[in-house]
Amino acid sequence: MVDQLMPQVGIAMADVLERLGYRVDFPEEQTCCGQPAFNSGYRAEARTVARHFIDTFEQSEAVVVPSGSCASMVVHHYAELFQKEPATLSRAESLAKRVWEFSEFLTRVAGVEDVGARFEDVVTYHDGCHSLREMGIREGPRRLLARVRGLDLREMQPAEECCGFGGTFSVKFAELSGAMARTRIEAILRTGARTVVSADPSCLMQIQGVLSRAGAPVRTLHLAEVLASR
Amino acid sequence: MSIEFDRKIHKTLEDANLQLAVYTATARLKDGRTEVVSPAELPDYQELRTQAHDLKKHVMENLDSYLEEFERNVEAHGGHVVYAKDATEVADFVVGLAKERGAHLIVKGKSMTSEELDLNERLEHEGLEAVETDLGEFIVQLAHERPYHIVGPSLHKTRYDVADLFTKYLGIEREEVPEKQTAIARGVLRKKFLAADMGISGANMLVADSGAVVLVENEGNIRLTTSAPKVHIAVAGIEKLIPRAQDLAVFLKLLARSSTGQRLSVYTSILSGPRRPGEIDGPEEFYVVLLDNGRTRLLADRAKRQSLYCLRCGACLNACPVYRKIGGHSFPWVYSGPIGAILTPQFLGLGHEPALPFASSLCGACKEVCPVKIEIPELLLSLRGEVRKAEARDRKNLLERLSFRLFAWIMTHPRLYEMAGRVAAATAPSDNGAWISKVPALMNFGPLRTWLSQRDLPPAPRKSFRELWRLR
Repeated sequence: MVDQLMPQVGIAMADVLERLGYRVDFPEEQTCCGQPAFNSGYRAEARTVARHFIDTFEQSEAVVVPSGSCASMVVHHYAELFQKEPATLSRAESLAKRVWEFSEFLTRVAGVEDVGARFEDVVTYHDGCHSLREMGIREGPRRLLARVRGLDLREMQPAEECCGFGGTFSVKFAELSGAMARTRIEAILRTGARTVVSADPSCLMQIQGVLSRAGAPVRTLHLAEVLASR
Repeated sequence: MSIEFDRKIHKTLEDANLQLAVYTATARLKDGRTEVVSPAELPDYQELRTQAHDLKKHVMENLDSYLEEFERNVEAHGGHVVYAKDATEVADFVVGLAKERGAHLIVKGKSMTSEELDLNERLEHEGLEAVETDLGEFIVQLAHERPYHIVGPSLHKTRYDVADLFTKYLGIEREEVPEKQTAIARGVLRKKFLAADMGISGANMLVADSGAVVLVENEGNIRLTTSAPKVHIAVAGIEKLIPRAQDLAVFLKLLARSSTGQRLSVYTSILSGPRRPGEIDGPEEFYVVLLDNGRTRLLADRAKRQSLYCLRCGACLNACPVYRKIGGHSFPWVYSGPIGAILTPQFLGLGHEPALPFASSLCGACKEVCPVKIEIPELLLSLRGEVRKAEARDRKNLLERLSFRLFAWIMTHPRLYEMAGRVAAATAPSDNGAWISKVPALMNFGPLRTWLSQRDLPPAPRKSFRELWRLR
């Protein structure tokens, strides 16, 4: 999704990581983690794509992912996918230990909270559900945002609610998915924020899509884009 | 997706009053729960969940011996245990006993198990009168509806709806004040309690070591149901067993907190047998009907067996952003919400509503609040896999299957993937970087059309990330 629809997010993430002194590599063989097939029940197809992911990243020291949902697929669901394939399973498990969601890498591996960013705006943070509930990431992104100069961070009420994207759910149950998103943007608008930040591109696509349709003067940005600004 | 499922979802989403009623009621339950399971309020909440999960797991793995132990102890107190394979066997037993005792009027305590069996309809078919005595159940029974929510059967009814129902069916003057409506229902039901020949309840827990049926409630109607009539029958699924009375300390701490946000429900009844000599109340006869109705089949499936741990607290419904939008009646069976989405296909078969396991964004809010830690999202994913297997076997849904094959093929061929991306970007409508709300008619079909029915589409960037990366 970042590659094809939000390239600026990838560039921003690389910028932040390089500023912190990391050498960033982009293995060109990479495509997708296989989650769309897995979540749609097509396990054989998901396994095929997951094997390709493992082949591609097996040599990397750390894999930093600009999406909590994709990261969680590798960290939490590959094991189930390769239950009956012990050789791939052990490769998947060893890789899973080196896969990090972007904010998680910053706070837990790099050990930074202040990345030296400046961003003058009123901002609210939207938790991607898989980041929040599968990866257990809640405070990290908020702490990173709190250290950005000029940034006024406001919590939504309720803070942790799904935007209704859900992969193919967004088109299979489009009306329901849209209704969920519209409830979410009500919470966004109540904060008075002018920018919604998330660490999940698919949530951003759903939220921006509904904001844009409603003509609401609120934009969406990936966490990396905010942290890369100066 | 069946046309009916689709239609019900659409109808609920369109109904602004219903949306508000359901959203408000679930918010109240949800917030209530959050408060009473907070670390300040219940520091060992997470440990309690683990204990409850482990206890349920242990029971399922040793169900045979716990059933026998329970039966022995019930009989020792002068009660009787009846095993029922399905709804027909339950109805046959109740009807048979009613005939023997010359019973006609049956009062009922709120029970999802009874709903699962359509027991009222079956009893009425045999000429018996079955009256629901829980206020919410009383209201939905008047309305000839199924419970809307596991814990709040009439959660979707406003006081004006109740006023309509009472006026129509009770032949009284219109009354819109909830307290007064409650008093009216109480008046009607009190007469039923006093005249009833039998009482039928469910069970929240069955305690093996004491042969006791445990019931929690807030209205006192279950107390009356189980003690006023001469005969009490508790109908319970076999999964309701817990090993020891002391385990109640775990389950009672979790149950009311998870379901209604109370520390403890107003009444907790621990019933072990009929009235004994010298006691001033209680039924003369006490029966426990242990129901299978598909439960042993679930038990045989190791991976999905945890579905049987459910306490029917309803917390997953209140937490679920899907339930809160589509409500209880959109679901194809009596069990609604996330737990309904995993129970229905397992009890009634995948074909009952094949789209049901897909009606979820997999947000995981259900798993987070489940007091016995049922992994609902994982079970949904597993059921989705089973649906696809069945489709492959029956040669159904070929186009989608083919598109995921194509997806897997493209995603394992990076050059092809890049080319496909370029073609898509070149043909995508572009409006100088603005989000897209319309596409040419020729492109307006399939997933693109459904996406655009609700929201705008991101514009294709001039260059993909990998192209930009090469230029760095």
